[in-house]
Amino acid sequence: MPVIELNGHQIHVDDEGFLTDFEEWDEDLAKVLAAAIDIDLTDEHWKIIRFLRADYASQGQTATTRRVQAVGGVPVKKQFELFPKKPGKKMAYVAGLPKPHGCV
Amino acid sequence: MRNLVILGGGTGGTIAANRLRRRLARAAWNVTVVDQDDDHLYQPGLLLLPFGGYNAEDLIRPRRRYLSDDVDLVLADVDQVDADASQVRLHGGQMLDYDYLVIATGTSPRPDQTPGMLGDHWQRSIFDFYTLGGAEALRRRLATWTGGRLVVHVVEMPIKCPVAPLEFTFLADAYFAERELRDAVDITYVTPLDGAFTKPVAAGRLGGMLDDRGIALETDFIVDRVDGDRHMLVSMDEREVPYDLLVTVPLNMGADYIARSGLGDELNYVPVDKHTLQSKRHTNIFAIGDANDIPTSKAGSVTHFSVDTFVDNFVDHVHGRPMSRSFDGHANCFVESGRGNAMLIDFNYDTEPLPGKYPLPLLGPFTLLEESHLNHWGKLGFRWAYWNVLLPGHPMPVPTAMSMAGKQQGV
Repeated sequence: MPVIELNGHQIHVDDEGFLTDFEEWDEDLAKVLAAAIDIDLTDEHWKIIRFLRADYASQGQTATTRRVQAVGGVPVKKQFELFPKKPGKKMAYVAGLPKPHGCV
Repeated sequence: MRNLVILGGGTGGTIAANRLRRRLARAAWNVTVVDQDDDHLYQPGLLLLPFGGYNAEDLIRPRRRYLSDDVDLVLADVDQVDADASQVRLHGGQMLDYDYLVIATGTSPRPDQTPGMLGDHWQRSIFDFYTLGGAEALRRRLATWTGGRLVVHVVEMPIKCPVAPLEFTFLADAYFAERELRDAVDITYVTPLDGAFTKPVAAGRLGGMLDDRGIALETDFIVDRVDGDRHMLVSMDEREVPYDLLVTVPLNMGADYIARSGLGDELNYVPVDKHTLQSKRHTNIFAIGDANDIPTSKAGSVTHFSVDTFVDNFVDHVHGRPMSRSFDGHANCFVESGRGNAMLIDFNYDTEPLPGKYPLPLLGPFTLLEESHLNHWGKLGFRWAYWNVLLPGHPMPVPTAMSMAGKQQGV
């Protein structure tokens, strides 16, 4: 697993840049990660990110866009507005979680 | 007497019932299977039916005939499971007490979950092929279709038999070519994934096979609605894909009684330990086959391999021993590619599909991730093995755990 430095944060990431250690993330880092994919975080973004973090802590896997809608209360369409084109991946990336299961 | 109740008499429920019946003393255990009807459908056949490969009567046999004589079969819909009381309530009010419950009710397509999919255009210009009625209606439509834009579409993962929509696309290409209509047909494959398939090496090969056949690929497409009047698929981010004939794989969900019983996730799949298939919430409930949430393909091969380990673990568990075996996520799928060819993929939780030979290194006889006629005959021959070897619970001549023997690494 490569280790990279991002704005003073030493983080472990996978080949695609997703954090591999849950504990290395904080809200400060989220802003840096979001900026890297051209997203400016608003309260609506934070609502999803905090849900994803809490859900991962209790479930052990990254919530799908369907789960963010059903349990987190943010419609998929809204997720597309906030995290354009690839919301599932972008939300996980900013929240410092593994890429959601591609489901095989 | 102790009661084992198995909900669902399809591939998983039938194999589990027959094998557990042989392992649990008749004097001490009742084994009961519940299903809503007596029609066991050979689901892999649905892929070939729209192209005239099979008729409905080739694919359906009585469930009763494939269950051991001393397994009880109850034909009824399940109303609800009361896990705290260890009881199943059937429609009509009949109650079944259980000591152990096995959930094997699979997953099914839900066209009602996508706005605009069901309605006036359903089975006129919009079809599915994962149901017998859908596959038959599609065959009638294809037989008289003279060309236009064919769109093959997947709503959302996970779906049952995730390679089937790609196979359908390859077979459609060959079908139209044979009828000298291929030049009159534009084919587009629309997927919510970021490539033709999920696993990188297989996605590359399968994507190349789409390219070779002149089939367009539209990725990252999360459907918002079908606009049937305009013949348009519309995505959440307002992209539009026009079609004349839409063959879609609707959202797949587990059975509704699972939701009513509070046993499922958002898609009605039962959360289980991925190595033992034991429910995360109830130690006397297991979920096998497509009904659970394990992170591998929803496919008959996975059901078969996982039931091998499940049966041993179940016997350990009911005798108070620790469960001794661990399922590795092994899946093995023939991928029909048209013109009498197929390829084969073999993978598990940790290893993606790789090229090579299967099941024996060098000898095969099947080739992994590469098309061959023999793979195609393997797929056709499997129908016989399904009824005569797999369902009765006899050993299949392939290993349960995935093996690296014969696979090429570092590709």
